[in-house]
Amino acid sequence: MAGALMLLVFLAGCTGGILEPQGPIGAANTKIIYNALAIMLVVVLPTIVATLAFAWWFRRGNPRAQYRPDWVYSGRIELLVWAIPLLVITFLGGVIWIGSHKLDPYKAILSQSKPTEVQVVSLDWKWLFIYPDQGIASVNELVVPAGMPVHFSLTSATVMNSFFVPQLGSMIATMNGMVTQLNLQADQPGDYYGQSVQFSGDGFSGMHFTVHAVPEDEFAQWLERARNAPSALDRSGYVALLQESQNVRPFTYRAVEPGLFAAIATQQIPPGPGPSGGSGGVSVRPSGAK
Amino acid sequence: MSTTETLPFTTAPSIDPYKLGHDGRRRRPDDGGAGRDYSTGHGEGGPASKRVIVAYGFWIFLLSDIVMFSAFFAAHAVLRSATAGGPSGHELFDPRSVAIETSCLLLSSFTCGLSAVAASVRSQLWTQLSLLITGILGLAFLAFEARDFMTMIAQGAGPQRSAFLSSFFSVVGLHGMHVSAGLLWLGTMMAQVFVKGFRAVIMRRLLCFNLFWHVLDIIWIALFTIVYLMGEGL
Amino acid sequence: MLGKLTWNAIPWDQPIPLVAGSAVFSIAIAVVAWVVLKGHLPYLWREWITSVDHKRIGIMYMMLGLVMLVRGFVDAIMMRSQQALAFHAPGYLPPEHYNQIFSAHGTIMIFFAAMPLMIGLMNFAVPLQLGARDVAFPTLNSTSFWLTATGALLVNLSLVIGEFARTGWLPYPPLSETTYTPGVGVDYYLWALLISGVGTLMTGINFVTTILKIRAPGMGYLRMSMFCWTALAANLLIVAAFPILTATLGMLTLDRYLGFHFFTNEAGGNMMMFINLIWAWGHPEVYILVLPAFGVFSEVISTFSRRPLFNYRSMVMATMAICLISFVVWLHHFFTMGAGADVNATFGITTTIIAVATGVKIFNWLFTMYGGRISFATPMLWSLGFLVTFVIGGMTGVLLAVPPADFQLHNSLFLVAHFHNVIIGGVLFAGFAGLTYWFPKAFGFRLHEGWGKAAFWLSLAGFYVVFVPLYATGLLGMTRRLQHYDVALWYPWLLAASFGIVIMACAAACQVMQIVVSIRHREELRDETGDPWNGRSLEWATLSPPPAFNFAVLPKVHGEEPYWDMKRRAIETQQLPAEPEYEPVAMPRNSPTGFITAFFATITGFGLIWQIWWLVGIGLFFAYATFVWFAWRDVEEYVIPAHEVARIDRERRRVHDEWLQQDLRHHREPA
Repeated sequence: MAGALMLLVFLAGCTGGILEPQGPIGAANTKIIYNALAIMLVVVLPTIVATLAFAWWFRRGNPRAQYRPDWVYSGRIELLVWAIPLLVITFLGGVIWIGSHKLDPYKAILSQSKPTEVQVVSLDWKWLFIYPDQGIASVNELVVPAGMPVHFSLTSATVMNSFFVPQLGSMIATMNGMVTQLNLQADQPGDYYGQSVQFSGDGFSGMHFTVHAVPEDEFAQWLERARNAPSALDRSGYVALLQESQNVRPFTYRAVEPGLFAAIATQQIPPGPGPSGGSGGVSVRPSGAK
Repeated sequence: MSTTETLPFTTAPSIDPYKLGHDGRRRRPDDGGAGRDYSTGHGEGGPASKRVIVAYGFWIFLLSDIVMFSAFFAAHAVLRSATAGGPSGHELFDPRSVAIETSCLLLSSFTCGLSAVAASVRSQLWTQLSLLITGILGLAFLAFEARDFMTMIAQGAGPQRSAFLSSFFSVVGLHGMHVSAGLLWLGTMMAQVFVKGFRAVIMRRLLCFNLFWHVLDIIWIALFTIVYLMGEGL
Repeated sequence: MLGKLTWNAIPWDQPIPLVAGSAVFSIAIAVVAWVVLKGHLPYLWREWITSVDHKRIGIMYMMLGLVMLVRGFVDAIMMRSQQALAFHAPGYLPPEHYNQIFSAHGTIMIFFAAMPLMIGLMNFAVPLQLGARDVAFPTLNSTSFWLTATGALLVNLSLVIGEFARTGWLPYPPLSETTYTPGVGVDYYLWALLISGVGTLMTGINFVTTILKIRAPGMGYLRMSMFCWTALAANLLIVAAFPILTATLGMLTLDRYLGFHFFTNEAGGNMMMFINLIWAWGHPEVYILVLPAFGVFSEVISTFSRRPLFNYRSMVMATMAICLISFVVWLHHFFTMGAGADVNATFGITTTIIAVATGVKIFNWLFTMYGGRISFATPMLWSLGFLVTFVIGGMTGVLLAVPPADFQLHNSLFLVAHFHNVIIGGVLFAGFAGLTYWFPKAFGFRLHEGWGKAAFWLSLAGFYVVFVPLYATGLLGMTRRLQHYDVALWYPWLLAASFGIVIMACAAACQVMQIVVSIRHREELRDETGDPWNGRSLEWATLSPPPAFNFAVLPKVHGEEPYWDMKRRAIETQQLPAEPEYEPVAMPRNSPTGFITAFFATITGFGLIWQIWWLVGIGLFFAYATFVWFAWRDVEEYVIPAHEVARIDRERRRVHDEWLQQDLRHHREPA
């Protein structure tokens, strides 16, 4: 009961995270969460009430309750008991099928504007965002134009990670040697918290980034500022980035070597190295490895 | 797995367990009044006989082992084309060697079956002989397989070369490990049969060994088909 | 000479594991010293360590599970307190340490707390309920237990010698490959689970054979108790799923030790394959945990409502449906890996189908209570707590089965709250319900009700105060496994959750007190009749504790609820059935095989972890030698003579006759 109360208080007063979506994908996902929850509560709440009611009414000390020691089967109840869950899941099945297709991360967002392309690489332990059309890159900071769709192509430099901006919508895994895709849109300008949600090692907790959704003109200004950044991202710069580092402050690159993302994704640039050694003595490389 | 009546060496030891060296029908100390004839373990008759229980349990173990092999087969299906620029099965497999290995194993299954027949008529000589030949054929199988592995490794096509080769060496190697463990068991069984004769417990173990050896053969057929034959075609 | 092992393996510079390790080591030495000096060792060796009696093995499993539950709980306390402190701060646990703690927490809780608790209950009760004398393979049973203990020992050794895995309780590659995790931590994990996995698989084989082939005369499949049905389903799952775990962990071991490329980034390895294979095991695993729990609740709810289980056949169907369907839902653990809408939707739908079967069971339990005469003893309280808590957990599970919902909630604290909801509400509550329910049968005296009720209420409250805030933080976007965070929105909830863990710690203390107080006051709590709860199934027909052979004469079974029938018939005919013909009973001899094999397995495992190859050789050689030595024994059974069987059974008949006379005298309500 305390738990239920807390939940109600929370739902009434709290906002943020996925409960306050700022984009169409997030809004649609969250709507499905609420709908599915509502459908199930229709069954779950009466079940909980019935549990407590039956337990109380049929307690040993209650002389008014009818004791039925031999009643072990009822066709009607059996029908009900299978039918109710089946009906619920039939409905949910529809939600699942339609929702999964409509909200497939790979599905483009219908919009007047052409999507902004961002290529994402998860490293140990920071995020690299390459803007191939604009020719710049950014680390641990994602700036996107508000009100316009963004199409992400994602890969990983080392281990599996997962790209997630709770207020904008779905997450997707990043894996070395493969490219996954995601389509998101921020409706309003604002700052949104982003994080890796697949545990990736000691620096995992610091692997968050901010998404700045800005009006188009501000976006253009940011691009200009980025083009005046000190360094350019070429292969050697990328290899330097591959070295393990944590809690990296956001910075930008003024230029990106063309085809860098493709080289990373197809392993032309090999995956990043790991740590020098964990505790427990010298780490032994098996003979003939790689 | 028929009922207890047809097999003489099925019942539990008698009231005096320290009398050794003879078997045959023993009066079960306690069967709950169900009667021997109905103890198939299908609920109505009470607990099954020891032979049925042991064989059934061993079958369940074999099924679990097949599941483990299935996981490796599944991995092989996924990694079949992951040659990472290295050699593929077509370039590496020696069909002659594989044919010899297959014949050795199939023949060894036959001699293993012969040993079961010999044991059922309590012939120490023929049981030991057929078990010995089974063992020799098994060793021959392993020798050829080891030679294949060595050749491949010498060519630079060891399991560290690519995911396909890792998977190949693992699934074939897992089977080889089972054969090796089987040979160890075989040696132990030969010693036990020699020292203890054809007691009920020994007969149950021989039955289990037979099942194990035949199932290894079946898995080899699957392996041979999926890994070698289909790998050739790739 | 000693492989990778050096003095640096001991965490001299880390106070927490050093102090904890020293404390545990000292306590262990003290306990062993007390046992030896008081002369209890021969008794322990003879009656417990080498025992192949399913009742003893069941009790040892429960003890292992409870001890490891405390160990895992300590990890949980550390995690909650770290997260309560680590807002804009580093907390007191650096990432290298914190990451080991949450990995150890999950591994220990699932493999060495929850599994042993459920397997312990099954070991103790299933042969008794089947009217059998023991399981199909008693020495194998002992070996299973000791191999599980080996795994637990190895995991705990990692605290003080080396480190544990830092990859989470399922070590996803490529993080778990040597490139990114070169230390021995993942190796400890791998060998502990490979070794104890063999033990669990053998348990599965043992129980499937026992339940299908060793039942009392007249006990057809549809006359078995519900606990036996769920035990059958769970053990079928063990047989079918654990080999996949062995194979997958084996592949990762090959990658790490021999440079294979199953899951590496380079040379064609496929990390997604690990995730598929491990969850093909992982999902059946959670049903292996929860099905026996369901069985316990069927027994308890039926007994304490004084009614037969409602709609038994439907329950059996639902159980076997869960058993089957659990193999076709595994992808719901990684909807966000990008399999595409068709695949995601299909697995989402299969997951909801499995929820139907569970829903059917819940309703059947409700209708078992309906029309009953419910007494709220501690086991029944745990069951009511389960009914309320588990449906919430199940609901959030079905919610997560909807891929668009999962796209926002995967790997968040909402997910963590969901699975703790079902594991604590289901498996843990069942563990304590079963413990309290069958304790009198195992030891001859009941557990103290007051402390038990306190433990229950504090557990229930503590659970909600910890996990409702975690549901909240998950909805607010917080992911799992964070060692520190900067989002102010989450902080108050995490503080609340740490308060909840204090409540749960009090609950744990009450549970310990219950056991201590009960042992102290065992004479007052003694159960003379063997049937303290007015039970309905066969285990209550024996004295408490039952004799080694369980039943002097295997009972003839005429319907469901055989013991209830026996009692009813005795009351109707106003007498016990005639004294049977007593015959000698052959029982399996004790054997040190299990213990010694596990000892050498520990040595082998340790050698493999630290790459001390000569130690591995020794361990394997002697493990095989033990097996051969065991196989060489001439005498497998010992015989209990007929007069001894008669003496014990006459005592039972005397007790039952006393009960019957009392009952007839007082005209106690016949049901």
